[in-house]
This record gives sequence, C-alpha cells and structure tokens, in this order.
Amino acid sequence: METPGFLEPFVGRWTKRHLLDLESLTSDEITLLLDVAQAFKESTQDCRHKLPLLTGHTSVNLFFEDSTRTRTSFSLAARRLGADVIEFSASSSSLSKGETLLDTAKTIQSMCIDTLVCRHRAPGIPQMLAENMDVSVINAGDGPHEHPTQGLLDILTIRQHRGDLSGKTVAMVGDIAHSRTARSNIWGLQKLGAHVIVCGPSTLVSRRWEEFGVEVSHDLDTILPRCDVLNLLRIQFERQYTRPFPSVREYALLYAMDQKRMQRAKPDILIMAPGPINRGVEITPEVADGEHSVILHQVNNGLAVRMAAMWLLGAGRAR
Amino acid sequence: MLKTLIQNGRVIDPSQNIDRVTNLLIEEGRIAAIDVDPQSDMKVIDATGKLVVPGLIDLHVQIREPGFEEDETIESATYAALAGGFTSIAAISETNPPVDSAAAVIYLGRQASEADHCNVFPVACVSSGRQGEEMAEIGILHNAGAIAFSDGQRPVSNPELLRRALEYTLMFGRPVLNRPEMVELSRDGVMHDGSVSTVLGLAPMPAEAEDVMAARDIRICEATGGKLHLLAISCSGTVDILRRAKVRSVGVTASICAYQFALTDDAMRGFHTSLKLNPPLRSRDHIDACIAGLKDGTIDVITSGHAPRSSEKKMCAITEAPFGMVGLETALGLISTHLIHTGHVDWPTVIRAMSTNVAQVLGVEKGTLQPGADADVTLIDPDARWTVDTSSFRSKSFNSPFGGVELTGRAVETIVGGVTKFRYDGN
Repeated sequence: METPGFLEPFVGRWTKRHLLDLESLTSDEITLLLDVAQAFKESTQDCRHKLPLLTGHTSVNLFFEDSTRTRTSFSLAARRLGADVIEFSASSSSLSKGETLLDTAKTIQSMCIDTLVCRHRAPGIPQMLAENMDVSVINAGDGPHEHPTQGLLDILTIRQHRGDLSGKTVAMVGDIAHSRTARSNIWGLQKLGAHVIVCGPSTLVSRRWEEFGVEVSHDLDTILPRCDVLNLLRIQFERQYTRPFPSVREYALLYAMDQKRMQRAKPDILIMAPGPINRGVEITPEVADGEHSVILHQVNNGLAVRMAAMWLLGAGRAR
Repeated sequence: MLKTLIQNGRVIDPSQNIDRVTNLLIEEGRIAAIDVDPQSDMKVIDATGKLVVPGLIDLHVQIREPGFEEDETIESATYAALAGGFTSIAAISETNPPVDSAAAVIYLGRQASEADHCNVFPVACVSSGRQGEEMAEIGILHNAGAIAFSDGQRPVSNPELLRRALEYTLMFGRPVLNRPEMVELSRDGVMHDGSVSTVLGLAPMPAEAEDVMAARDIRICEATGGKLHLLAISCSGTVDILRRAKVRSVGVTASICAYQFALTDDAMRGFHTSLKLNPPLRSRDHIDACIAGLKDGTIDVITSGHAPRSSEKKMCAITEAPFGMVGLETALGLISTHLIHTGHVDWPTVIRAMSTNVAQVLGVEKGTLQPGADADVTLIDPDARWTVDTSSFRSKSFNSPFGGVELTGRAVETIVGGVTKFRYDGN
C-alpha cells in the first residue's frame, strides 16, 4: 500500500533502528513520534480502522513479565498496521528447558521476523537483543529502567489536553525508585520543556535526580498547587525486601490523591496513572474516576503511540 | 650447572630498594647475584628496555576446580597466571566442595604440581563448608599446606566467628582474608550506588556496605591482635578507615582489584554482564581515593580479581548473571596503562603492591630478588602496545570487558624457579 497522505510528511524522517529508551532520543525525535501518533489517531478514527502499512511484516511479542495493557496494545497496533503477530510466552518456551534468552531470541529471528517487542524484568535486555540481533527492537519495559512507549503515551495525553509542554509542571508521585514509567517520562518531559517534579517518601525518591534537573520533593501538599499534571505511580511492593515506609495507611495519608487534596490543586489539573492502579493507596476511587482523570485516555493513546513506533521503525524509517 | 644472566634490564626490587639498570644472575633455580658481568658459561637473556622484577604474586584468584571446571581449572588458571606475569597465585576457595578439609588442600597442591606452571598457595576456608557458622579445622588445614584462610566472596558476616578466627589463626601466624561487604546493604545489587544506577534502574551496591563492614572487621582485628587482610576494597570511606587504622598500627592490610582503575560505573550504561563485578566499578571520586591510598601505602596489594565465569553463565539478564571477570591476563596491562602511563604511580610502587607486599601479607618467601631467593622473575615491557584478544586467553573463560581494548605494558617473560615458563611472542 502506498503511504497515505497523512503520513507523507513523516516519511524518511526517522533514522533509528530501535526504540529502546527516551533518554537517548532528541526532542525532535520525540516530537516526531508524538506527531505520528497524533496523525494516526486523527486519521483512523481512534485507530479503529486497519491500515495495511506493514503487510508482510512480522512482529513478535517477547514478554518475560506479565502484562495486560502493554501486550494487548502492541498486538493491536501491529495488527491494525497489517503485520502478523506472534505471541511468545517465556513459561511455555524452550527457556524453561534451559535455553539462554539470546539463543531463544535468535531462534525466533531465524524465522524471518521484523520487529521484536520485548518486556523483561531486568534492565538492559532490549539493548542486549538490539546489539546481537538483526531486527528492530522495541523496549516494552525493562525492569525499573525505561518504558519508552508508556512515556510517550503519557506525554501525548498531556499534549492533547494542555498543548505545548513548555513551562508546564508535571509531578510524578510514588515509587520512583522502581518505576520505568518515571525514568522514561523524566527524559521525555524535560526534553520538551516541562518542569518535572518527583515526589514520594525519601526511601523511594532519590535526591540524585536533582543532578539531572529534576525537582525532588517529599511533601505532596507543598508542590500540589504548582502542578499542571499529577502522574500517580504504583508502589511496587514485589520489588522490595523491606517496606520503604511504615504502613500502607501512612503512605496513603501522606501521598494518596484524594478529594481533599484536589481542593489544593489547580482547577484544571490533569490526573494520570500508568496503571495498574491501587485504589485507595495512590489514588482514591473518586479521583481515579473523576472529571480530572485521563487514565483511560492514556490507554487509548497507547495504541496510537505503538502504531507510530512500529510504522516509523518499519515503513517510515529513512533507508 | 645452568647459569642464566638477565642482562641490561631495569631491575626493580622493592624488598632491597633497588631500581637500576643492571644484570641479574640466576643459578640452580635461585637468584645468585646482581651486577654480574656476563661469562661464557651463562645463557644470556637480553632485557634491554625491559623491567626485571620479582615474580608477580596474585593474592586473590578464584580457583573453580573442583566443581566448576567449566569456568576454570587449576591447569588453565595457572597457565593464565603465567601469561599475565604471575609466578605465584593464592587460590581462594570458590569451589564445590569447598576447601575446608586437608584432602581438598592436598588436592589443590597436587593439581598445581601436575600442571607445573606457577606456584599455587592454597587458601582454605575460614568456616566449615563456607557457611559462615562454625570455624573450619584451621590447624589441620594449616598443616596440610593452607597459607591463609578465607571464605572468598562470601564475607564472614558473623562477628563472633571473625573474632574467633582472628584469635585462632594467631597460633599459626596466618592471615584471615575477608571481603568487607555487609550483604544486607547490597542484597540483589548489580552495580555501584550512584547517579548511573539511579538512571539505569539497576539495584545498587552502596559504598556503605563496604565501609561499615571494613570498620567492623578492623575493630575486631584490633581487639584480637590478629592478622587481617581486607580483600578487594573499592571505596573512599574504606580507604579513610584503613588509613586511620594503620596509624594505630592495627595488623590490617588491604588489596584492590586492577580493574577498579580502568573503568568507572558509567561503563554500566551498556548493561553488559561482563561488567557485573563484585566489588562493582565505582565512581571517579572513589577511584581517586583508592589511587591516593595506593600511593601512600594505605592499600598494600593489587590483585587481578580473577573470577572466571563461562560464557553461557553470562549470557543472561544482568540481574541474573554471576559476578566476575577474567583478570589474570589483563591485570598488569590495566595497571600499566591506567596508573603508570597516566603518571599516577611509579613502577616500584606497583611492583611492591603486586609482589613484595603480597609475599609479606601471605607470609611466603617470595617477592624478592635477594640472592638465595627462588628465581621467580617477571620481565615486563612497559611500552609494549597490545590489544586484548579474549579468544587467545589461556584462561578457560573469556568474560572480560576489555576485549579489543589496546593496553600499554605487559609481561613478556615469566620465569618460575629459574625456568622460563612463558614468553610473549605476540599472541
């Protein structure tokens, strides 16, 4: 299929083979990804229509960690672009027979695939695959390191609701230490001119982020009136040996976004969460489902962002 | 009667404060004399432009046999040692079964004899089964030939056990080698705790895990009067603590791995498992503090930190990969490149830390070119430029982050007991 008109302006502008992180992307590259995602969204009626732009391509979802929204989103994105999709599950693969991860990946590669979408609990696995294989690799979350498409869909959501990010203040609240979402958002938001605050208990929010131009706060109530966007991150208890705060009750008291705190916020504040959300811990149900919440918009934008990434890496890339 | 004259080399022997261009005579496997003129009955080795030093000794070599022969055998480790310029190695138990019996110590010695490469000094376990609970049979192990006691990479966490061990080894005049790491602070850690780990999301190994344990160990050492050697230190805090302890004449010494001077934690940005090391690559401020410690004698010994792991064990996620890298064949080149040619320290300081001091810490009669000593001699070309080729390693493992890296300076001839066991021919 010929490139449809709405994508013509973007053809040949992407030069990278992989999408591994937002830290290494330029602001122009991030903007291009967002613009293409927006174009997909506007031209395909919320991405419901199929566009056979990647017909003949094969995308493999190589997921070593549980996932609902990300895996589904990548599968749908590939299918809506006409690509074939193979779902790979670590537990039913030869990995369970002792095969190394790289050998498994190379076996899959030898079946003539084009794109690997990889999620793994360890940082760096997508990079290792990118260095050792001859296909495009998209990082769908590598441990606490990065989750670039999540970062992009968060930023796209903010851009849709608030326009240019320059000068906006975006706070991420919660478990920054273990959050790949935070590590992608920080780079992406800063490169587009936003002021980023990370907020949470001192055991989960390192002062070291100040070295990278990020404001660090341990007091949500103090920063709240300045925030245009609040992104509430889940506490990842499964990654911790000792609890980083005395109790869930205490955490909720200090950091949960509830109706009382909404009174202190800007009247047009955007409430976001990458999910899954723990209702009553980071966010109360009335705020999660309230008028300021754009949580479901984020999920919807995920599809457009992943279509954009797959198209740019596949058909839209400069050769 | 075979006589060998090493002619016209720069002879550096810190044990005698010698550093001059001269000739060294070897006779009957021993150092016979220096400043000797050549005679017709001598075999002559031309050492012009080379350093002639007491054979290097590595105090911290992980021997993987028995149990992990896929990583390394005694035969391959000792061969690799020769290629790195080491005439002796202290084999620290990282084996299964562990070296906690006389039979295991004797086995190590026998395998080393059969290999017939370099000298091997067995280091036996401090604790039975390396479990950190009960003291091993230190007297029996000593009688079998163990020259020191260590649980290797597993620190002696139980302070009472360390106290007992330091008291008990006093009877035999042997040191306890302990790795200072409070594992509760570094559990699941992959790399140095700093800005880079914050960005990469890799679990950190904070410097405090080392500092706190080093302080504890030194205090116990001071109380017992024992002989303690801290293995593989890497942090500025530890250097400070050590420096103060030495002022008080505490019987503590310490070593550092050569790789610490070559790379910072920034190298972890590639997520390569070959860089997963314990202790981890540290940040520049820690490295600078360690260089200062080496210069002023706070750090006594440089080791290779040889911890070979087979490739298949490293072909996995960085969080799951074992710690360690091959070190014997690159240690001298790394030190020469990153400490000597950068002007941080001089060759006598390095030779002291890689030979003379090591012999003193281990209490072995090596590390000197005094007449009568074993003729263990290493010839070093300080300006040889060479590229690390992991495929030509004598070690059984290839997991080195320095493959393809050009280094300046290397061992070109390794002589053990008067016999040339290794000569560098460009491969």
